[in-house]
Amino acid sequence: MSLPGFPDAMPIEGLLGGLLIGLAGAIMLLGLGRIAGVSGLAARSVGIAGSSKARALAIAFILGLPAGAWMINRFYAEIEVHFPASPLPLIIGGLLVGFGTRLGSGCTSGHGVCGVSRLSPRSMVATALFMATGFATVGLMRLFGFMS
Amino acid sequence: MGLLLSLLSGLIFGAGLAISGMADPARVQAFLDIFGAWDPTLAFVMGGALIPMAIAWKLRKGMKKPLAAGAFDLPGTRQIDKKLALGALFFGVGWGISGLCPGPALADLAIAPGPAAIFIGAMLGGMALHKITVE
Repeated sequence: MSLPGFPDAMPIEGLLGGLLIGLAGAIMLLGLGRIAGVSGLAARSVGIAGSSKARALAIAFILGLPAGAWMINRFYAEIEVHFPASPLPLIIGGLLVGFGTRLGSGCTSGHGVCGVSRLSPRSMVATALFMATGFATVGLMRLFGFMS
Repeated sequence: MGLLLSLLSGLIFGAGLAISGMADPARVQAFLDIFGAWDPTLAFVMGGALIPMAIAWKLRKGMKKPLAAGAFDLPGTRQIDKKLALGALFFGVGWGISGLCPGPALADLAIAPGPAAIFIGAMLGGMALHKITVE
């Protein structure tokens, strides 16, 4: 099914995938009493943050991410991805995402999904800010001819 | 038990990212591209993810401890400070430049390992830089 006016949008797949992401967060919260925030778990899995006790749990989650995507790609439907042709935006983007998510204590999953659904004021502010700067950044990239 | 649950959560999370189209940096960037061919898919993903999580937070209220751990270990900070704001700003810029945030980047290790690894390497570098300079 497509959305009138937005031929590329995937509303049904988006909603379905979103429900799974929320389910994953619910398992983490109700099962383990923790937030499924990927930036925090990634940092913990390599020992940049947190205690050794939490490290094994973080590693298990981080290994699960590509494994889950692999299973969908292999058994459900081929997943199309389009990366920037040059490594430069990946390197600059990666540095900013890594530094920013540590400084701001979270990313799209921790603040955007887990925190907003908790109605945490901190997470709502963080989400509004990273959304706004995301829109502004891509808007400027379009203005200066970096978007095709 | 805890490890298995954490792995299961990661598996379902990764599957959700793949199904929703969020593993594709170009699609995420198209959501942020309001002056281009705007793609609203990310809004559906966010909406979908908030439903089970909102229910989970309601259920958590009636629980003394989580099902497979001794105690809840949740962020308790309430302060909205400069760190939170600056961090979110940096993250938003990096997200816009690359179309990637940590979850999709890790999921993409299974789909496009080369570029995903470049991003993740830089991301871990940024995290380490924060640890050295700020903490």
